[in-house]
Amino acid sequence: MLAFNFFGATEGGLFDINATLPLMAIQVVALTYILNSLFFKPVGNVVEKREKFVSSNIIEAKNKLSEVKKLEADLLTQLQTARTEAQTIVSEAENESDKLYKEALELANNEANASKEKARLEIESQTSAARDQLSKQADDLSELIVNRLILEK
Amino acid sequence: MFFNSFSTNFAALEVGQHLYWQIGNIRLHGQVFLTSWILLGALLIFISLGTKKMENDPKGLQNLLEFLWDYIRDLARTQIGEKVYRDWMPFIGTLFLFVFVSNWGGALIPWRLIKLPSGELGAPTADINTTIALALLVSLSYFYAGLSNKGWRYFEYYVHPTPIMLPFKILEDFTKPLSLSFRLFGNILADELVVGVLVFLVPLVLPIPVMFLGLFTSAIQALIFATLAAYYIGEAVEEHH
Repeated sequence: MLAFNFFGATEGGLFDINATLPLMAIQVVALTYILNSLFFKPVGNVVEKREKFVSSNIIEAKNKLSEVKKLEADLLTQLQTARTEAQTIVSEAENESDKLYKEALELANNEANASKEKARLEIESQTSAARDQLSKQADDLSELIVNRLILEK
Repeated sequence: MFFNSFSTNFAALEVGQHLYWQIGNIRLHGQVFLTSWILLGALLIFISLGTKKMENDPKGLQNLLEFLWDYIRDLARTQIGEKVYRDWMPFIGTLFLFVFVSNWGGALIPWRLIKLPSGELGAPTADINTTIALALLVSLSYFYAGLSNKGWRYFEYYVHPTPIMLPFKILEDFTKPLSLSFRLFGNILADELVVGVLVFLVPLVLPIPVMFLGLFTSAIQALIFATLAAYYIGEAVEEHH
């Protein structure tokens, strides 16, 4: 039962220590338990759950990032090897075509030279044949002239 | 007590007068309990509103409560250490919230408008009983923390660097609650008195900066009280090598 008791200054004072002290201590201890179940535990659960969620997500993201980086490096090396391969293939093809061109050119040159030589030889032979014939005809003609001259005499 | 004669009317302020409740042959300071119940009721309502619907994406009050929780956790963790701060976080947090709510409630709410038959309403922490109760709880806590964590090895702390420290460490066990309780009591009471006197002398404008200063010191005192309590507990559970 509460009973209000009005006392004047005779019993008061700034440093009046009485049963308020232990009761206040009990009240604070009770408050600790109440706040623990009402505030610290539920909020702590939510916050720590979220922290766990965030940190696990960060770890996962980091793993993924490192995987991506590895894949990227892999792809880069693959790309480089492909590029060098392509380059060698291109240069090989170029060499080959060059060679083929040169061969074809040589062949054509040789053929042309040969046909030129043949033509020259033919011309020469025909020239000499014509000259022979001409000289023979000249001989014949001269003989004829000579015979005629002789016969007329 | 010797100090009990220190009860006067100071510029129409009532200093050292109390609203007495008598239960059997126990006497209580009624105004302390009245204000503490109102303030703690408000605190509990506020907290239950904030934690009613907890979501993973915090909104509104939950945000504020989570910030508060994080603040208290950081305080406890830095002072007590990673290993046992979890056990003591509710206690440290309760001390902080109780002192903070009491100080600010005492400073912000115009209690003086409510007339009591004797004494006047004010911050519960402006009563020596409250602060001594808190300080003794802190003392009990750090003894309990030390003994439960380290057993009898807790008393190594008293002779830790050298046995010469023994009398000083024993003295510390008395000065710790004394300084804790009187620091809080003195600061809050002085703030109330300064504001009260200024309001009495110059009722306009002039008390406002002092009131803001009072709010500042009130918050700082709550932080100091909680930090020191955590530090004492941390000191008791710390392992010496």
